[in-house]
Amino acid sequence: MSDSIVVHAGENQPVVFTQQELGWLPWLDPLAGAALTERHWAGLVDRSRAKSAYFRLLVRDPEILEARTKTDKDIFYNIADGLPRAERELAAAATSRYNGCIYCTSVHARFATVHSKRGEDIQRLLDQGVGADLGKRWNAIVKASVALASTPIAFGQQHIEELRSAGLEDAEIVDVINGAAFFNWANRLMLSLGEPSTVVDA
Amino acid sequence: MMSTETKDIIDLLAGIEPGSSLYDIRAKRSQAYENAQRSYLALFEPDDVSDVTVAERYAVAAFVAGIHAEPATAGFYSEKFAGAVDGSEQVAVLRAEIDGAKTQGPYGAFPTGPLSVEDKVGLIYRVAGESQRALSGRLAAALEHAHLLVFHPRDASPAAMQRLLEAGWSSTAIVTLSQLVAFLSFQIRTIAGLRTLSASLGHRADASAKAG
Repeated sequence: MSDSIVVHAGENQPVVFTQQELGWLPWLDPLAGAALTERHWAGLVDRSRAKSAYFRLLVRDPEILEARTKTDKDIFYNIADGLPRAERELAAAATSRYNGCIYCTSVHARFATVHSKRGEDIQRLLDQGVGADLGKRWNAIVKASVALASTPIAFGQQHIEELRSAGLEDAEIVDVINGAAFFNWANRLMLSLGEPSTVVDA
Repeated sequence: MMSTETKDIIDLLAGIEPGSSLYDIRAKRSQAYENAQRSYLALFEPDDVSDVTVAERYAVAAFVAGIHAEPATAGFYSEKFAGAVDGSEQVAVLRAEIDGAKTQGPYGAFPTGPLSVEDKVGLIYRVAGESQRALSGRLAAALEHAHLLVFHPRDASPAAMQRLLEAGWSSTAIVTLSQLVAFLSFQIRTIAGLRTLSASLGHRADASAKAG
């Protein structure tokens, strides 16, 4: 057997949810930068992603990485219509908090804080968990995200009604569904292919 | 073997018709719309099947959709799996495994520390010896890993990777398998969410029709 796992000492593993920047260490070997072909570069979408061990591991299957990256970018960065960016990040952070992905939560809690300027509320989501009271509109988004993340899926008419009564239009509700659903994809990759570290890569 | 599947799978399974208001809303995120479908095609109609066979992909998908207990997607992938294998024995064995693997998530342990009070114990799913022989040890290991990712992803560990390597999964095959399970966790939720929203629009249309 040529392939093998990479074991890290784990001494820098974060033990709480945080908005601080974290590193991430893969449990399988990423491709070496020098081994990347045109097919791999297409999979990475942005050439700068080759610096990340996470993306150089995922690029072992370039076609799915490319399609995933383009799905991700449109769900979160296309703010032409629909839900404000801050609240898409809130859906991502709440999903990650509930599934237990410390790394994903750190990134998207930070983005939610930057775009909403409500860092203390975001910190309460991290410290208290998905039951923290963040006001009617944010509570509705967090509850919908949590219901969608549960297996079996617990998302129902009452979540749609709560989102509507908090002022969300149908297109905004679709953004909540997309953003929350997408983090069920992201969390499972980040949690299962490596581990977070309080030491950020140089 | 590219592509016979022209219909958008999320629209198909969520019951979204062209021209409906949800169809128009989805169309405004055209990159997300097209690439969710391209993700499906990259995983199920790939150019390169040397690391993971098509039958293995549909077996894992039928299992993942089955343990989510979402009828539309479970039916879709179980039919695909039945079409990808010879004979009905594996299909029957997989169905029995799905029934024994259903539980409620997410659960699992956090790194030891302040979050340990949130640790939740749950099923550690293993394929029994007889089913392993019918499905192959390699596929059985993939189903066990899929169950971990679906229900208790925070329990993932290097030891879980090691089990896959020992069952014959290469590093590249593990990346594809992980993407497959993680993608389905997204696709199944998108379908369930949009279907619920679509149903609420139907209710509202009925209500306003009656009011009018």
